[in-house]
Amino acid sequence: MRRISSALFLLGLGLLIAMIFQTMEFGSVAPLVGQAINATAAEQVGAANFVTSVVLGYRGFDTLLELTILFTAATAGGLVLGKPRAGAVRDPDSGFILRAGADLFFPLLLVVGLYIILHGHLTPGGGFQGGVILAAAFFIPILARPGTSMDHRLVSIIEGLAGAGFILIGLLAMLGGGDFLTPLLDTGELGALLSAGSLPLLYIAVGLKVGSELAGLLAQLSETEASD
Amino acid sequence: MELLVLVIVIVMLCSAIAVLLLKDFLAALAAFSVVSLGLSVLFVILRAPDVAMTEAAIGAGLSSLLFALALRRLGLWHLRS
Amino acid sequence: MSMDTSLIFHIAAFGLILIGSAGIVLSTHLVRIIFGIALLEAGANLLLLLATYREGSSAPIIVDGQIPAVMADPVPQALVLTAIVIGVGILALALSLALRVQRAYGTLDLREIRQRLEQDIADEAGIELPSSIDAPQAVVKRQEGRA
Repeated sequence: MRRISSALFLLGLGLLIAMIFQTMEFGSVAPLVGQAINATAAEQVGAANFVTSVVLGYRGFDTLLELTILFTAATAGGLVLGKPRAGAVRDPDSGFILRAGADLFFPLLLVVGLYIILHGHLTPGGGFQGGVILAAAFFIPILARPGTSMDHRLVSIIEGLAGAGFILIGLLAMLGGGDFLTPLLDTGELGALLSAGSLPLLYIAVGLKVGSELAGLLAQLSETEASD
Repeated sequence: MELLVLVIVIVMLCSAIAVLLLKDFLAALAAFSVVSLGLSVLFVILRAPDVAMTEAAIGAGLSSLLFALALRRLGLWHLRS
Repeated sequence: MSMDTSLIFHIAAFGLILIGSAGIVLSTHLVRIIFGIALLEAGANLLLLLATYREGSSAPIIVDGQIPAVMADPVPQALVLTAIVIGVGILALALSLALRVQRAYGTLDLREIRQRLEQDIADEAGIELPSSIDAPQAVVKRQEGRA
C-alpha cells in the first residue's frame, strides 16, 4: 500500500514538474537586479569578483545567517554524537607511508586554502571554498593517526573568535552612521590585492570560522565510537 | 559543446540512479561523488566558476568524506550480501 | 542550438530532483534516504542556477581590467553558494542522527524502527498494540514471544 501511494506521489511530482517546464519561460528572463549590480559593483564595492561583492556587500546579512546555520548544524552534530567512551575499540594503526604522506599534505593544503581565501575578491574563490580546504588540511593528519584526538577547545575558541570578528566588523560600520555590514575603508584600485575595503577581512573571518567548524565536526565524527 | 553537455548529463543521471540501486554503500558513495563532479563541470559551462569551485570542494570532497566516516562508524563499510 | 542545450540542462535538473525524491520516498534504509536528500539538494541548486542563464554571457569577474560585454547574473550564484554550504551542514547533522538511531535501536531499517517505536510508545502508555500484516518477521516473532 505504501509503495502504491509513493509511486502515485512521484507520478504527481513528475507531472507537476513537466507542467512547470511547459509554461514557464527559461533562458529569456532579463535579470534586472543582476544587470544593475553588474553595472555599478565595480565602483561601489571595488571587488573584481562580482559574486564576492554580492555575497559580502549587497547580501552580507545572508552570509551572516548562513554562518549561523552552519554553526547550529555543527554544534547540534557534536551534541548528538556525544563524548567517546574511554576504552572503546580503535581502528588499527596506519603505516609509515600514510603518516608521511598526510604530513606532506598539510603545508600544501594550508597554502592553497589561505591563497584562495585571501584572493576571494579577485578570482573565483573566497571564504567558503578556502575554509573547506583548511578543514581538510587540519583533519587529514588526524585521519592518518587513528587514536589521536583534536584539541576541541582550541577549535571552539578559533571558531568563536572568527565569528565574533565578522560581527564586529559589521558593527563597526554602524559606528560611522551607516548600516550593519556596509563595506568600510576605501575601495582602492580594482584588481589589486588590497582593494574592496573590508571585504578581504570579512572573508578571512568566514574562512577561519568555516574551516575550524568543519574540522571540529569531522574530528568528532571520526572519534565517536563505532555503534556495535 | 552540446555533445559534452549531453555526455556529462547522461553520466550524471545514470550515476544518480546507481546511488539508489547499488547494494554496496561504498559503491553508492563513489557514484555520488561522480554526480557531484559532473555537476561541478556543468556549473563551469553555465558560467559560474565560484559555484563550480564550491561544489567541487564541498560536494566531491567534504560530503564524500563525511559519508565515508559515517559509513565506517555505522559498520556499513563492508557489506556482504 | 541553444534550445537543445537548455533542454538538456533542464532535463538534468528535473531528473536529479525526481531521482532524489524517489530515493527519499521509496527507500527503507536510513543512509539511502540521506543519499536521496543530497541528490535532491544538488538538483535544486542546478535548477536555481539555470533560472537566469543567458546565451553568450561570460562569468561575472573582471580580469586584467577588461569588463566583458554581457555578464552572467551574480545574485543566483551567490544564493547557490550559500545553499551548497548549508547542504553540507544538513548532511553532517543527518549522519550524526543516523548514528544515534543505530545506537538506540540497533538497526537502520525504517520498517523495524517504526514498529519498535510504536511498540515502545504503546508499552509506555500501557495499551495493547494491534498486530498488522505489514510488520517484518522479526517484529512479529517478538510480539508473539511477548504475548
